[in-house]
Amino acid sequence: MTLKTFKGGVHPGDYKSATEGKPSVAAKPPAVAMIPLSQHSGAPCEPLVAVGDLVKKGQKIGDSDASISAPVHASISGKVIKIGTCRSSQGRTVNAVFIENDFQETWHEDVKPNPNWEQLSAEEIVKIVREAGIVGMGGAAFPTHYKLVPPADEPIKYVIVNGAECEPYLTCDHRVMLERPDDLVLGVKLVMKAVKAEKALIGIEDNKPDAIAAVTKAAANEPNIEVHALHTKYPQGSGKQLNTVLTGMEVPSGCQSSAVGCLVQNVTTCIAVADAVCFGVPSIERIVTITGSGIKEPKNLLVRVGTPIEELIEECGGFTDDVRKLILGGPMMGPALPGPEDLPVTKGTCGILCMTEAEVKEYEIQPCIKCGKCVEVCPMNLMPLFLASAVEHNMYDKAEAYHAVDCIECGCCSYICPAKRPLTQWIGMAKAEIKAAKRRAAAAK
Amino acid sequence: MERKFVVSSSPHLRTDETIKSVMIDVLVALTPAAIAAVIFFGYRALITMVITTFSAMLTEAIILRNKNIFGDGSAAVTGLLLAMTLPPAPPWWLCVVGAVVAIVLGKQVYGGIGSNIFNPALVARAVLMVSWAGHMTSWISPVDLTSTATPLVSSNAPGFLQLFTGATGGCLGETSAFALLFGAVWLFYKGHINWRIPGGYLGVVFLLGLALDGGLTGGLFHILSGGVMLGALFMATDMVTSPVTTRGQLFFGIGCGLITMLIRFYGNYPEGVTYAILLMNALTPLIDNLTLPRKYGEVAK
Repeated sequence: MTLKTFKGGVHPGDYKSATEGKPSVAAKPPAVAMIPLSQHSGAPCEPLVAVGDLVKKGQKIGDSDASISAPVHASISGKVIKIGTCRSSQGRTVNAVFIENDFQETWHEDVKPNPNWEQLSAEEIVKIVREAGIVGMGGAAFPTHYKLVPPADEPIKYVIVNGAECEPYLTCDHRVMLERPDDLVLGVKLVMKAVKAEKALIGIEDNKPDAIAAVTKAAANEPNIEVHALHTKYPQGSGKQLNTVLTGMEVPSGCQSSAVGCLVQNVTTCIAVADAVCFGVPSIERIVTITGSGIKEPKNLLVRVGTPIEELIEECGGFTDDVRKLILGGPMMGPALPGPEDLPVTKGTCGILCMTEAEVKEYEIQPCIKCGKCVEVCPMNLMPLFLASAVEHNMYDKAEAYHAVDCIECGCCSYICPAKRPLTQWIGMAKAEIKAAKRRAAAAK
Repeated sequence: MERKFVVSSSPHLRTDETIKSVMIDVLVALTPAAIAAVIFFGYRALITMVITTFSAMLTEAIILRNKNIFGDGSAAVTGLLLAMTLPPAPPWWLCVVGAVVAIVLGKQVYGGIGSNIFNPALVARAVLMVSWAGHMTSWISPVDLTSTATPLVSSNAPGFLQLFTGATGGCLGETSAFALLFGAVWLFYKGHINWRIPGGYLGVVFLLGLALDGGLTGGLFHILSGGVMLGALFMATDMVTSPVTTRGQLFFGIGCGLITMLIRFYGNYPEGVTYAILLMNALTPLIDNLTLPRKYGEVAK
């Protein structure tokens, strides 16, 4: 069997052995859940509840009229004790609804299985997905319902299902594919129906042979769903790269996958779609991989949205004494945080990675020796060294000419650089500057 | 307990490779050629290598006010590479002057590591060649250690086996093609060089030798004699002064090969490797910008 892959990329080692064999177990529901009103890219929600209100599990507690947004739901039953703020994964302060748990686990009346789900139309599926607050659960947290309505002139032919999980350490997608392959296939069929796609292509890296086998078996009777083993290489699970690997088509610069008739969805998102459409359960819980040498007992936990990260750390035995870095997500793209306080699990939290003193290295930035390794590994075929030197000299127009905005910030260039230059960070700065300059120019007109 | 967490930008994983480890890899790769030089030319070769390497490291340490004389290892590489381009037993002061020129004029005046346009060792060799041509061309025969001519101007050319193993007159690092190839395998293995520059360079030299200078024997003679092997494997592949794009690297190698052969056939010098690589070094930024890869998702304008 030939393995599909892309050009460029790196092999950082997978570090998955600590948790890949550990089935997900339900975490203790939090005593107080802090549910951020913005857990997605797009407009934040307005609260629909007030302090003192009693809420039930699955009840919608925040919504917005904006098209790019997703409602949020109570993940426990209990009483609203505060509408305050907490921190987001990016370190920003966001509004949140604080619910005190009554531990009754009373479901809201709207949460009920839909026996006629097979008769639902595409529009009805999209509506259910929106109401369930489903967002991309691979980490980007883009509202899913918005992606399910592609532009009229860009019909979707392929649904690309991302089971690559190329970030080292993380195993939440791996576990979900092993534990719920039938629901995954069901979710994929629903997504296909919603966008009227002909085919679904599920891509899984070959370091997860058991997941490939499980999903292949579950999809055995589905002629329109193909499962593909992919070469284990970072960033195999990047939307654009996966798209090209599975269909041979490149997503044009500045466009979404829909421009080439594709829709990329993460496996966990597909399962959330199945949960919402067939069982009426909104997006209130997900698997989180808590791992790294900085945590005493690495685990895969099934966690309610809004659970404070501090409680999860405790449930995993706590930090080791030499813990020095806390990362939300994987080590290649996840942000490092100043601490676990005031930070809840959101729909996009796929992992919590704790690194120890010995693993946290600080490097002196040295001059570029033009070895060209960043050029070799860049999956977007950019020139990271030229982009970085443009940023060093504040020449953002030059960075734009070298296509800074096409950078996917995968981190391969920084990873490989022998001069330990923070290339990804600098290119990220260029992207922000270029976008800001465009906004200023538009405002001036 | 108050815990302090390090906040830094992703990625949080890095390779263990540093500039220093890359430079050490280059030194390791040069070791077989250095040993071969000592075997063929005796202790004088060792003295030459020690003087140039040490002088280069000392010069750089003084300029950078660096207490650790090895520093990032790049000066040692420059010094040893320079020794490879010198005759086996030059006067000691020639080695020192060469090393100082390499570090000061070849590298530090541009701003130090990574900023130089030309290969520092070759800048020094070029300066020494025009200043002390006599010293720079006093070859000794590795067989009986008497003076001899470089095979490129000699009327009774050595056999291929001799050229390949290195039992022939020439600069320290020019003689043994085998030792150079053997060392370069390490650089290939570590991913510091790829086939494009050496392939383009040696390919063009071989083809032109084959076509214009006596067929297969001519082709083989041209890649095994003089500084071509050293140049193609260790000088043209210098990271700082060669292109970073894949196509650019191939063009760079081809250009080096063409200029080398032009000088060998039509120039006043018997050997053209130094000037070929220096000329192509000057074109490197241009080559890079003319051979930018097609970026992912690029749409025709």
